Amino acid sequence: MPEQLAYTIEVFLNGLMAGVLYALVALGFVLIYKASGIFNYAQGVMALFAAMTLVGIQNGQVPFAHLINAIFGTDVHKFGWTVHSFLAILLTVIVMIALAWAVQKFVFKHLVGQEPIILFMATIGLAYFLEGVADLMWGSELKALNVCAADGVCLPQGLNMWIDETTFNAFGYGFFIDNLDIVASIVAAILVIGLVMFAQYTKQGRAMRAVADDHQAALSVGVSLNFIWVLVWSLAGFVALVAGIMWGAKSGVQFSLSLIALKALPVLMLGGFTSIPGAIVGGLIIGVGEKLFEFLIGAPFLGGATENWFAYMLALLFLVFRPQGLFGEKIIERV
Amino acid sequence: MFYREAGDFRTTYAEDQQTFPIKFDRYRYYLVLFIAICVVPFVINDYWANSLLLPFLIYAIAAIGLNILVGYCGQVSLGTGGFMAVGAYACYKLMTAMPDVSMFIHVLLAGAITAAVGVLFGLPSLRIKGFYLAVATLAAQFFLVWLFNRFPWFYNYSASGQINAPERDVFGIVITGPNAEAWATYAFCLIFTIFSAIVARNLTRGSVGRKWMAIRDMDIAAEIIGVNPLRAKLTAFAVSSFFIGVSGALFFAIYLGAVEVGEAFGITKSFLVLFMIIIGGLGSIFGSFAGAAFLVLLPVMLKVVGVDWLGWPTDIVAHLQLVIVGALIVLFLVAEPHGIAQLWRVAKEKLRLWPFPH
Repeated sequence: MPEQLAYTIEVFLNGLMAGVLYALVALGFVLIYKASGIFNYAQGVMALFAAMTLVGIQNGQVPFAHLINAIFGTDVHKFGWTVHSFLAILLTVIVMIALAWAVQKFVFKHLVGQEPIILFMATIGLAYFLEGVADLMWGSELKALNVCAADGVCLPQGLNMWIDETTFNAFGYGFFIDNLDIVASIVAAILVIGLVMFAQYTKQGRAMRAVADDHQAALSVGVSLNFIWVLVWSLAGFVALVAGIMWGAKSGVQFSLSLIALKALPVLMLGGFTSIPGAIVGGLIIGVGEKLFEFLIGAPFLGGATENWFAYMLALLFLVFRPQGLFGEKIIERV
Repeated sequence: MFYREAGDFRTTYAEDQQTFPIKFDRYRYYLVLFIAICVVPFVINDYWANSLLLPFLIYAIAAIGLNILVGYCGQVSLGTGGFMAVGAYACYKLMTAMPDVSMFIHVLLAGAITAAVGVLFGLPSLRIKGFYLAVATLAAQFFLVWLFNRFPWFYNYSASGQINAPERDVFGIVITGPNAEAWATYAFCLIFTIFSAIVARNLTRGSVGRKWMAIRDMDIAAEIIGVNPLRAKLTAFAVSSFFIGVSGALFFAIYLGAVEVGEAFGITKSFLVLFMIIIGGLGSIFGSFAGAAFLVLLPVMLKVVGVDWLGWPTDIVAHLQLVIVGALIVLFLVAEPHGIAQLWRVAKEKLRLWPFPH
C-alpha cells in the first residue's frame, strides 16, 4: 500500500473518532431543541461545568473555596477525602438534574412563547453565568480528569498497540489510534441506542416525543410540559457529563472545553437540528472533513490550523443549497 | 412638569420631523453634546480616557452597527469581532502604505472595506435565517481571525505577528502612538461617534430603515408588499459592517495601539457587543449608547469595589463578572426584552403625565 494512502486512511480514521466526540455534544443540542425549540448554546459550558464538578467531587474540593476564603479570610481548600468515581458520577448527575430544574424554573418558564432567537440569546447569557459559577465553585486552573472503576482500571490513554501491530503486519504501516477515542465511540454508540430506546419504549420517552410534536396537543392529553422540559434538560445535562468526561480525559478540564459547543453547531447545521441520526452523521462528516482538509490542503498550501474555520465554512456552503440540513424536516413558511 | 409637548408649536415640516420633537429632549441632547465637546476635552486625563471614555465611544459605534443588523433588520450576527478585525487591519495597511493621507480618510476607507467584506458574508442571509444565520456568521468570525493570523502580508511581515499603530497626526496634533494626548484621542473618536449616531438615526427613520424593520418583522410579508429582501438585507449588512469596521479601526489605532488578532477580536468580542445591544435595547440608537456605557462601566465598577475596596483576588472578581453579566442578560430578556432603552421610554412616558397621572 502506498504511504500517502496509508496516511490518508489514518487521518480519516482519526477524523471519525473526533467526529464521534463532536456528535456527543451535538446530541445534547438535538435533545433540547426537539422537545422545547430552544437552541441551547450553553451545552458546551454544561459539559465543562459537569466535568469540573466531577473532578471537584472526586478530589474532595470545597465548593466556592476561593470565594469563601476571600470573604471570610479563611483558608479552606479541600475536605481531605477523595470520592470513588462511580459515586462522584452519581453525585454529578444529581447536580446536573438540580441545574436542569433551576434553569427551567428561573429562566425558560418565563420565556415560553418567545421568539427562538430570544431564547437563543438567553442561553448565551446562561452560558456566561454557568461558566462564571463553575470557575467560582471549583477554580479555573487546568485539571486532570480520570475516571477509574477500581484501582488501576481507568479510562485507557495512549495509542492502541493491537491496532498498531495488526495494521503494521497487514500493510507495513502501523495506524495510530487513541484508545480513549475507541472507548468514546463505544460509549457514544451505547448512549445513542439508550436514548432511542428511551424515547421509543418508555412512558416518559413517549411523552417527550409528544411534546416535541405539538406542545398544546401534548398538554391537552395530560402531559406535564414542565416535567418534560426538566427531564429533557436533565438528559442533556447527562449527555454533557458524558461528553465532558471524554473530552476532559482527552485534553484536561479547562475553559477550551466549552468551545466544543461552537464546533457542534456546524455539526447540527449539517445534520439538521431535529434528528438524532443526523447529529451522528453530521459529526462524522465534520470530523473526517476537517482532518482530511487540514491534511491534504490546509497544512501543505494554506499554512495550517484550518480546523478552526473549516467546519463553519462547510456548513455555510451546505446550507446555501439545503437549508434544513441532511435529515432535518423541510422548512415550510407561511405568512 | 417640564417634559411635555403642550405649548411646543411646530409651524414647519422641518420642525415637525426633527429627531427630538419635544423641547426638553432637544435641550438635553444639546446639553450632552455641549458637555462632550466643550467640557470633557479640557478636564480629561489618561485614566479617564483609557479606562472609560475611549472604550465607551468606540464600543458605542460598534453597538450602533450591530444594532442596525440585529435590532433593525433582524439578522443575528456573531461575527462582530471578525468584522472589527477587518477594520483594524484595513486601517493598519492603509496607514503604513499611505502615511501622508489623513487619518479621517483611513478610518472611513477601513469602514468601506469592512462593508464590502460584510456584504460578502451577508450573502447567505438570503437563503438562511435565524440562528442558522447566526452560526453562519461564526464562519466569518473564525475565518477572518485565522486569515489575519496566517498570512504575514496583513501584518507587514512583523516578527511578533502583531500590528502596531505608527504615529500619525491630524492638523499637526498627534492622535496615534504613545505620544498622543488624551484629549486628542478622545476628540477624534468623539467625531466618529457623533457622526455614526446621526447617520444611523436618520437612516433608521427613513425609507431604508423602514424596509429593514419590515424584513425584521416578517420577511415574507415584506417581500409581498414590495420590499426587495436582497437589497434590504445586503444594505443592512453593508451599513452595519461599515460602522463596525470604523469602530475596529479606532479600537486598534487610537485605543489599543498594538493588536494581536486572536486576543483583541476573538469570539468574546462578538458576544460583548451583542450583549451591549441586548442590555441596551434592540432597535434603538440610544440603547446602543446605554448598553455600551453599561458594559464598559460594569467591569471598572466591579474592579473598584471588589479589588480595591474588598481586597479580593482579581480572578474571583473576573469570574463574578461573568456571573453578573450572564445573569443580567437573562434577567433583561425575561423582564425587559427591549432593554435599558425601554426603561427610559417608560420613564419618559411617566414624566409626561407627572405629577397628575390621571
